[in-house]
Amino acid sequence: MSGFLDWVEERIPLMKTYNKHVGQYPAPKNFNFWYYFGSLAMLVLVNQLLTGFWLTMNYVPTAEGAFASIEYIMRDVEYGWLLRYMHSSGASAFFIVVYLHMTRALLYGSYKKPRELLWIFGVIIFLVLMAEAFMGYLLPWGQMSYWGAQVIISLFGAIPIIGDDLTLWIRGDYVVSGVTLTRFFALHVAVLPLVICLLVFLHIVALHEVGSNNPDGVDIKQNKDENGWPVDAIRFHPYYTVKDLVGVAGFLFLFCYVIFFAPEGGGYFLEKPNFEAANPLKTPEHIAPVWYFTAFYAMLRAVPDKLGGVIVMFGAILILFFLPWIDRCQVKSIRYRHWYHKLNLAQFGVSFVILSILGALPATSLTTIMSQLFTLLYFAFFMALWWYSPIEKTKPVPERVIYK
Amino acid sequence: MSNAPIDIGRRKFLTTTTAVVGGIGMAATAVPFLKSWSPSAKAKAAGAPVEVDISKIELGQLIRVEWRGKPVWLVRRSDETVKSLQDTDDRLRDPSSEEAQQPSYATNATRSIKPQFLIAVGICTHLGCSPTYLPDSFSEQVEGVPSGFFCPCHGSKFDMAGRVYENVPAPLNLVIPPHYYVNDNTVMIGVEKGETS
Repeated sequence: MSGFLDWVEERIPLMKTYNKHVGQYPAPKNFNFWYYFGSLAMLVLVNQLLTGFWLTMNYVPTAEGAFASIEYIMRDVEYGWLLRYMHSSGASAFFIVVYLHMTRALLYGSYKKPRELLWIFGVIIFLVLMAEAFMGYLLPWGQMSYWGAQVIISLFGAIPIIGDDLTLWIRGDYVVSGVTLTRFFALHVAVLPLVICLLVFLHIVALHEVGSNNPDGVDIKQNKDENGWPVDAIRFHPYYTVKDLVGVAGFLFLFCYVIFFAPEGGGYFLEKPNFEAANPLKTPEHIAPVWYFTAFYAMLRAVPDKLGGVIVMFGAILILFFLPWIDRCQVKSIRYRHWYHKLNLAQFGVSFVILSILGALPATSLTTIMSQLFTLLYFAFFMALWWYSPIEKTKPVPERVIYK
Repeated sequence: MSNAPIDIGRRKFLTTTTAVVGGIGMAATAVPFLKSWSPSAKAKAAGAPVEVDISKIELGQLIRVEWRGKPVWLVRRSDETVKSLQDTDDRLRDPSSEEAQQPSYATNATRSIKPQFLIAVGICTHLGCSPTYLPDSFSEQVEGVPSGFFCPCHGSKFDMAGRVYENVPAPLNLVIPPHYYVNDNTVMIGVEKGETS
């Protein structure tokens, strides 16, 4: 056996790669709960790929057949309901895990030098994931699929001069139609998954090049033993593979509860109007995107100008790219930063949650005013951070990591 | 192989020209990929004009027809409604239809060829939802105005000539499609008079 492995090793760096990324990867020994969500995101990605591939085997990507083929999968295909619910709930699980993963980066300053590229790859993954989820949501061809797509594609119509031609080009028809459905299907099942896999690969390569951050924000590479091994590091395998397995068990416990007992997520994972086939001549009473987009949707509605709303909404995502340079504080972890940074980060989180709630509600004058207020607070996080971070009074950062 | 000294200038020229020609070739290759996303001949053909019989529309009634997959509304307005249109001019964004949302023959006070018929594309100019026709209960949205259109998505409001009210998300009046009257009872939607589709 070892002879065979040696033969392989001389031709392709199998063990070398395994050791670099898993077997001998030095991970800080003080990872906590927040560090589950990277590996969980990978698990959900695998879940989405596998169940997605299997769904394509029975799904019909045409305006005439799409809605009926979903019903066929749900009722007639053996275990079709399970594969479909794993996929549809998996989309929501993906965003829950990714939002928590991003929260971790904000808490412990994982976006800071030298991890700027790692963070940027992450934000691109987030953006592509949003496109992937949006296109996937059109495929069941229900009322919310249809009108949601109509609204989102119309956003591009706000761009001056080329807007109208651009929306026509995206749809391939004068309205959202079967033509739009088939191209979204192709993008959803082939193009974007490939892009996401490539980006995840780059994300991990960038992570393992600079090394993982930790809850103390201490650079463990500063403190190495005689073998060049960071004294505050443990091998990824078996220590964190085992730890992550515990996270997987906990995650699956909750995920299975949703799949088996609440697959519609109370109308938030699968919206009620989507159980009615798409009707281009009738708009549902209340159009709301799926929960993971509602914060950005609230920002769109907050601005009483079409182009302005679109700019604010996309700006809310684009500003994330610049976070490593907006935050100019030398200290990474929130544990050693001033209380006003903790307050600022807390208000940012709260604003995002409240915007998510507002975006799911019908537009009234009260929700509009509240959306405007919390959109301001969302952006105020970045402005305040830019202003106070260079002069922030921080606590002393320890030399070595601390167990909490 | 010759042992002549390397001509850096020549090598640079050849590298650049090769890269430029290759780049142009690649840009040209992008054309079929991008153009294939434009509406196909079939989609264009499906956008053919529609003939509508208007003799059976009752006063205040709205009928919907499909043109290019979009809902087109035909509403028969009472003389009273037509007369009251000008009363709300000060609350509208574009009361005199200055934005090019209608053909020239509908750029008038009623935004129509015949005042008693409103013919408009029933798609909100905000984000493409289809507004709801409120023939009797519009005064809940705009005080003192009995009928109009209300978009359930983001609360945009339009009057009985498809003109948008102020302080709503929609920036423009509803689109008036090209159309002409074939005779007193028939209207052709999607094409100008004398134009072949």
